[in-house]
Amino acid sequence: MKSKANNREKKRGAEAVQRLLAFGALVILFIVFSFASPYFFTFSNVVGILVSTAVNGLLAIGVTFIIITGGIDLSVGTVMTLSSVMAAVVVKNLGLPVPLGILAAILTGTLAGIVNGLMVSKLKLPSFIATLGMLNVAKGLALVITDLSPIYFPLETGWNELAMGSILGAIIPGFEIPNAVLIMFGSALVAGLILSKTVIGRYTFAIGSNEEAARLSGLNVGFWKTFIYGLGGFFVGIAGVVIAARLNSAQPALGQGYELDAIAAAVIGGVSLSGGEGSMLGTIIGAFIISTLTNGLRILSVPQEWQIVVTGLIIILSVVLDILRRRSRE
Amino acid sequence: MDEMLLTMQGIDKSFPGVHALDHCNFELRHGEVHALVGENGAGKSTLMKILAGVYSKDEGKLLFKGQEVEISNPHTAQEMGFSMVYQELNLMPHLTAAQNIFIGREPLKGLLLDENSLNEKAQALFDMMNLNVDPWMKISDMTVAKQQMVEISKALSFNSEVLIFDEPSAALTDVEIRELFRIIRQLKETDVGIIYITHRLEELKEISDRITVLRDGLFVDTVDTHETSIDQIIKMMVGRVIYESAPEVPEEPSQEIVLEVKHLSRDNALKDVSFQLRKGEILGFAGLVGAGRTETARAIFGADPFDSGEVIIKGKKVNIKSPSDAVAHEIAYLSEDRKRYGLCLGLDVKTNIVLTIVNQLTAFLGWVKVKLVNSISSDIVEQLLIRTPSLEQKAKNLSGGNQQKLVIGKWLARNADVLIFDEPTRGIDVGAKQEIYSLLNELASQGKSIIMISSELPEILRMSHRVIVMCEGRITGELDYTEATQESIMKLATMRNGNNPNNFNKNE
Repeated sequence: MKSKANNREKKRGAEAVQRLLAFGALVILFIVFSFASPYFFTFSNVVGILVSTAVNGLLAIGVTFIIITGGIDLSVGTVMTLSSVMAAVVVKNLGLPVPLGILAAILTGTLAGIVNGLMVSKLKLPSFIATLGMLNVAKGLALVITDLSPIYFPLETGWNELAMGSILGAIIPGFEIPNAVLIMFGSALVAGLILSKTVIGRYTFAIGSNEEAARLSGLNVGFWKTFIYGLGGFFVGIAGVVIAARLNSAQPALGQGYELDAIAAAVIGGVSLSGGEGSMLGTIIGAFIISTLTNGLRILSVPQEWQIVVTGLIIILSVVLDILRRRSRE
Repeated sequence: MDEMLLTMQGIDKSFPGVHALDHCNFELRHGEVHALVGENGAGKSTLMKILAGVYSKDEGKLLFKGQEVEISNPHTAQEMGFSMVYQELNLMPHLTAAQNIFIGREPLKGLLLDENSLNEKAQALFDMMNLNVDPWMKISDMTVAKQQMVEISKALSFNSEVLIFDEPSAALTDVEIRELFRIIRQLKETDVGIIYITHRLEELKEISDRITVLRDGLFVDTVDTHETSIDQIIKMMVGRVIYESAPEVPEEPSQEIVLEVKHLSRDNALKDVSFQLRKGEILGFAGLVGAGRTETARAIFGADPFDSGEVIIKGKKVNIKSPSDAVAHEIAYLSEDRKRYGLCLGLDVKTNIVLTIVNQLTAFLGWVKVKLVNSISSDIVEQLLIRTPSLEQKAKNLSGGNQQKLVIGKWLARNADVLIFDEPTRGIDVGAKQEIYSLLNELASQGKSIIMISSELPEILRMSHRVIVMCEGRITGELDYTEATQESIMKLATMRNGNNPNNFNKNE
């Protein structure tokens, strides 16, 4: 019995080390940039990093669910845009209250996710193709609905406050962290609980690990896949609210390209593209690594085109490290 | 006679182009082990998958305890008390043993999973069966034998009244099979009906009470095991007489040494492995799963690195760093997992055959000479009697035996001198096995040197000129074909360092 307990401890230790690795990289980035520039480690800049992580973090949460099932979601960027457009239509064009606008955005995201899920589970489309189609459908619909021009939220609705106001600042004066950051952390916490502590999470891993085995175990794989895609879409809808509030407008031309940053965040955070592995904590750390890097390089006046190159190298490096770590475990 | 637990009457099932089951019958009593045998493609798995709810029948009746029942999906089958342990293990490698067993039935604490009670329930199940498995261990960290224990425990966790084993022994060693039989006997005591599909006919006498034979989708007969000989069963299976145990006297190989391995070592996997392979010889490699046989083969083939030791081919020391180096030295490795490592399943027969030599069959700018490809591949198909409707048939549509011949054909086209076969007849039916055996003998008499790794002792005894036995990464003995017996090999195969071989299950 004692040796069993030891084994268990060892296993847990190994998993903790893996998570520490991504976190360690983030800490090192912070230390390096802090020494490189006096402007980096200041309250306003750190808050800036947090805010700039919010949208990508939320999208990455959504896409993490789908990648763990062994799929991919390329549509998160433009679905986010469509969600923000729907919110603007409800609040600006129809003049309805803000909560209904939020609801519209989240429903749009969830619905798009469910449609993706149905295409994958019922029509048996590869998720790459299904969500590539959805990427274009959502992008086109956003342009059609807005007639190609942005919709601005009237200031009196307080829509902008949803993301850029600070409930925390009202409670603790001087600690003005924008709501967008709280929304992201709150969503990450809820998503993390769902993934690790509920049957939904268990089935997400089960399907990604061996879909056929899950089916033969009596799981209704089609239903759960659709559910999980819908759940991912739910968080994409929240991202739609946040980005519309940050910009105080729905920008129909925005969105494409965001999906790749979201996928990159998940991968850097240790989510396996072949499914069955990953965590929300890892994904959020991955999202922070990307935005910290972008922010730090900008402060050091590295040209934007080089920032993109560095982000690319980091993605490759993180996957290489992951593969090396796996090999050494065997 | 008491009431039947299960009766299947006139079960009919067609797939596009195949009449898989033609009005088959099957019945199962309480507390019996009923073996289901037949060649590949006879319809055994299809019949059982209908029971397990994977396929739905086209026609026929299913009676469970006298009541007619319909099974529409795996879930209803499980609820009714039918569980199947699949041939290809169906576990989720990233989840733990306990998580796999109770997938879809997780104990909850409010909205959240109750991981402690999950592990306790799994532990109780393992204790009941006297299994040494850790509930919280990930499936990917377990041996195949342990994974199978998890599968069986999972099937039991449904309080199943009908348990179906689809070739459970295919991936197990003899010691592990004995453990499996212990579990099955224990289950019989509890009145569970067990259906046991197998290709290893020598197991029938040991474990089964009755035997049902299927052939080409047709029901042949159900017989009592103790009233029937194995030869009779084989006759029913193939519709012709084959003496499975007929020994073939190996021809004396020449003395020329083709391959010599000296002091091959790799951390814990291989310890000082040395042996010689002669021209025209079939050298059997026996041992339990995990004894280091496949590791030895892979190291020689350059698929895995080794720390020290040397490989000498025809008197010259060679430095093989990758499979392509090995192929350049005319060594071929035929993996036990044909589908994963041996063939490009989506490609056709001729492309698979010329895969290793296609670079030599090209004209200007790499243009492939199709006529040459056709003539080489049709020669191979004729020589090996590969049953395929055409050279353009996709590899995945061939039967297991013909796929294996296709892999052999690929290396014959390459004209390899040393052929390393890893479990050459795994998952292949009796008739095709005979053909593979005579093919191996023919290759040896043509002067090819063959290393044959096998976990089936009758196969080792029947085919080998010499037998090398491994245990825990070491060679524990070398036997001439005159000295090799089941007993002498098993003794060497379990020569652990001071461990009692009977405790296999308790040791990792």
